[in-house]
Amino acid sequence: MLEAIKEPWPWYVAGPIIGLTVPALLLFGNKAFGLSSSLRHICAACVPANIPFFQYDWKKEVWSLLFVSGVVLGACIAVTLLADPNPIVIAEPTAHYLASKGITDQSGLMPAEIFSWSNLFTVRGFIFFIVGGFFVGFGTRWAGGCTSGHAISGLSNLQWPSLVATCCFFGAGILCTWFILPHLLTL
Amino acid sequence: MNATTTSAPWWPNLRYAAWGILFGVVFVKAEIISWFRIQEMFRFESFHMYGVIGSAVVVGIISVWLIKRTRTKTLSGEPIVIADKTFNKGIVYGSLLFGLGWAITGACPGPLFAQVGAGYGVVIVTFISALAGTWLYGLLRDRLPH
Repeated sequence: MLEAIKEPWPWYVAGPIIGLTVPALLLFGNKAFGLSSSLRHICAACVPANIPFFQYDWKKEVWSLLFVSGVVLGACIAVTLLADPNPIVIAEPTAHYLASKGITDQSGLMPAEIFSWSNLFTVRGFIFFIVGGFFVGFGTRWAGGCTSGHAISGLSNLQWPSLVATCCFFGAGILCTWFILPHLLTL
Repeated sequence: MNATTTSAPWWPNLRYAAWGILFGVVFVKAEIISWFRIQEMFRFESFHMYGVIGSAVVVGIISVWLIKRTRTKTLSGEPIVIADKTFNKGIVYGSLLFGLGWAITGACPGPLFAQVGAGYGVVIVTFISALAGTWLYGLLRDRLPH
């Protein structure tokens, strides 16, 4: 049993568990599943700076902070107690393409050639950590949600604005991957 | 949104932490937080992530439909209310910006937490930058198109 859990989980196990998060949070206490809001709550708790957008009782949203704390802990458990000794297998064309761009260490969840401390003060680090992270934080708040809030939660409730959001997430992600990343990867 | 009274015990909130732990385990074990898996997805070279998101949405739609249909209440007996999403132009601009960031970092906000938990320490920098982005949005909100 434990051996099976340690192997990579297929999409048809992971997807339904993620989908069940929507009713679980509703049953637990009428909470709308969405993870990017936690970033807003952290801003409201730590640096509200008299900005109206951060003037609200963030303590009422403490469930969201507990949820993301759980995510950190769960990820930690998964890479230690439930670690799979085998390297991650990614699709052959993707592996081949990335290797041609210098991303040769494909054994982990993140490419060591990009996401390492030694890149922090390089152009590569600036683009992949600072600019990328900034787009994620600014974009999700402007959009009023991320993959969980719009693509999973919003679509589950058949909300057309969330369908627009999901199409835009994927449209921009696909364009970036095909036309912008090839240049960024060789920086 | 939630009618919490001051006398409500704090411990039911642990449910959220417990589900969060399960969520974090799923994120890692199904490699959803993998930068490589996001690349596969955007390059249309693997079905994995489409299967994850697609089946999550199908299960979500059925669950929400059932909850509405059976008028299920929360564990504390309140009626379940799901707020509608209202459209504004910010959804388009913001989503496009997030899509760019998703392809670059290989992470949406949830996986950022999980990548840090999985021991990729430098992602803390990405995370802080995402916080800065959220904060700057709050500062500039009134001047941005919505």
